[in-house]
Amino acid sequence: MKCTVCTVYCPVLQVNPLYPGPKQAGPDGERLRLKDPAFFNYALKYCMNCKRCEVACPSGVEVADLIQAARIRYDKKPPKLRDRLLASTDFMGSVARPFAPIVNTVTGLGVAKAAMDGVLKIDHRRTFPKYSGKSFEAWLKRHARAQAAFPEQVAYFHGCYVNYNYPQLGKDLVKVLNALGVGVQLLDKEKCCGVALITNGMSKQAAKNARHNVAALRKAAVDGGLKVVSTSSSCTMTLRNEYPALLGVDNADVRDAVTLATRFVFEKLEQGAKLRFKAGYRKKIAYHVPCHMERLGWGVFSEKLLRMIPGVEFTLLDSACCGIAGTYGFKKENYEASQAIGEVLFNRIRAANPDVVACDCETCKWQIEMSTDYPVMNPISILAEAIE
Amino acid sequence: MRFDSVIIGGGLAGLTAGISLQQGGRSTAIVSTGQNALHFFSGCFESLQEPPQRLLDLFAGAGIRVHYEEGVRLMPLGTFRPAALALEDIDLLPAPCFAGKVLVVGFSGFQDFFPGFLADGLAKQGMACRTVQLELPELEKIRLSPSEVRSVQVARTLDRSWGRVVREVVRLLEDEDAVVLPQVFGLQDASVLKYIREGIPARVVFAGTLPPSVPGIRTQMLLKRCYEELGGTFLGGDEVVSAHVHEGVVHSVATRNLDSHRLEAGSFLLASGAYFSKGLTANPFGITEPVFGLDVEQAADRGDWYDPDFAADQPYLQFGVRTDAALHALRDGRPLANLYAIGSILGATRPEFGSGAGLAVRSAFAAVDQILKENAL
Repeated sequence: MKCTVCTVYCPVLQVNPLYPGPKQAGPDGERLRLKDPAFFNYALKYCMNCKRCEVACPSGVEVADLIQAARIRYDKKPPKLRDRLLASTDFMGSVARPFAPIVNTVTGLGVAKAAMDGVLKIDHRRTFPKYSGKSFEAWLKRHARAQAAFPEQVAYFHGCYVNYNYPQLGKDLVKVLNALGVGVQLLDKEKCCGVALITNGMSKQAAKNARHNVAALRKAAVDGGLKVVSTSSSCTMTLRNEYPALLGVDNADVRDAVTLATRFVFEKLEQGAKLRFKAGYRKKIAYHVPCHMERLGWGVFSEKLLRMIPGVEFTLLDSACCGIAGTYGFKKENYEASQAIGEVLFNRIRAANPDVVACDCETCKWQIEMSTDYPVMNPISILAEAIE
Repeated sequence: MRFDSVIIGGGLAGLTAGISLQQGGRSTAIVSTGQNALHFFSGCFESLQEPPQRLLDLFAGAGIRVHYEEGVRLMPLGTFRPAALALEDIDLLPAPCFAGKVLVVGFSGFQDFFPGFLADGLAKQGMACRTVQLELPELEKIRLSPSEVRSVQVARTLDRSWGRVVREVVRLLEDEDAVVLPQVFGLQDASVLKYIREGIPARVVFAGTLPPSVPGIRTQMLLKRCYEELGGTFLGGDEVVSAHVHEGVVHSVATRNLDSHRLEAGSFLLASGAYFSKGLTANPFGITEPVFGLDVEQAADRGDWYDPDFAADQPYLQFGVRTDAALHALRDGRPLANLYAIGSILGATRPEFGSGAGLAVRSAFAAVDQILKENAL
């Protein structure tokens, strides 16, 4: 008898017939690969690592981990330049940031898009994330003394997106945590969590980043006794789950300290802390649970926080993948599939017709903003907007 | 995090209880370890002998049409089984036979439905049959991965192109009075079933495929959507790993994903299923309930768990968690005051609820009534 429940929930299988599906690519293929590595199938690259197969599996099989581990183990083709560029989010960020206005203008130009499409196979229909001229790290360093004055402290794993693209989210977190009497520190130099490196065949670099980050987390969490918060569901999932499962980096002593900002805030409020909300705040919010948030199982914290805000009209969007899966949807060969996968979610957003879509993932934000007419905000930013 | 009730298990029993409690004004969470037996659902509530209005109302509220008619349904091997209450996918026939000729339609390359077996079964009972395999260009695309020409993949494709199936069947129909099609229609929207029945000038009967079940998946999606729209918290892909029980009362449970963040509630419903869902686990020494360590009705000698005849009623399927009359689960012979066992974890320990889907729904309603009565708002 077969189960195959995972195949029901695979977004890729619904649109790309070249993908063998999670059961075949994962456990079924693994039995064969154990006998002979020649059974490795390059079509495994179509897996987005969204992990919806793992959420669906009634038997606790870590299907996506099996697929990604097989890619790490058997895929010996060096990654293309394009994939290296897309995956190296912190390298690209540090190069692009000083020239942000120029870079942002250029990546928005049709001719540049055509060139990237032709040369690099980055799809020309894709809207590029903007870079920020000033990094979040520089901003927080300027406010370090004021932050240190708060009686309680947390460390913030801001991730590449907040640092290079959208420091405002980091500033929003600082506002919310300060309102709860909590000061925010940087880690002792963080590197990209590595989520995009893993899916782009750069697991050695990912493991290097992981070892660096675990050492930095250890300094904050074990030596300093601090909680480490993140505003990205994918960074959080990677730091907690992917380091040991895929990269062989032991994070056992720091894993429990790494938490999502919305969970941290929810727990503070549950313990009796109070936030003062603006009178007359009104917002119609549709909350999208990103795939990696589904896997973490922590969407409930963001949901309950948003529902707590007076004046919010809340809709929970029936869970579906937006189709971007980090760097996946940027690639020319995946663009059509990416948009086809997202259509289910886009239609649900249109039906809900909110003022804003809430979501804890930066790449979902790019995808939804590009593909619908609705703005997307992290729940932390909504909270920051709603409090005095 | 605190709720009025926490439900362990997100299948038919858990969702029925969750929807009913939310409708009763309670706050609830469902912890679901992956997907559930609805993915293997035949579409029939075999044990329900009378039309339970409450079930019809609950399903209608979720957008699921269920009909009641005493009769029989066609099985995938051409046999018939008594049935009365079923999803609209299932045709309830007045008698175990087709009066005229039957056309059994399959799809070339489709691995989950076997028109030949079905036609053989009907032929053995004296019915005249013809089988055809449709070659649909729409299915060519999914045949690029031959291992994935499965019911759900076919259903997804046919959600867009069921019209072509209707046209092909009409073209191929000769003097047959009935057409049998696999249950691969209306994954997203069951209303296409009506259009297919209207579009073919013969009695159209949908027969089950190998799992996963398309009507079952649709039912699961609609019930979950209904539950969430009522404000329920569905924690999918999570698992209850331990419970805090003090003096016969369950105070909280811990889950794998939420680790130190415990779920507290006034009452708990255990709808964690039987062996496949690990609501019950068997080891060489006995059958246990892993979360609370409840009493499990079972044969003491392992040799008595099985009948060597594979097709016979297997004794282990009768085993289940012991409860008192109000469905409070028993531990060390004593009921836990606020823990209710519902659904297939009961095995056949409570025959008055019937079996399968009927057990899930009826026991869920019975437990919900207890909770609403014992803890009136």
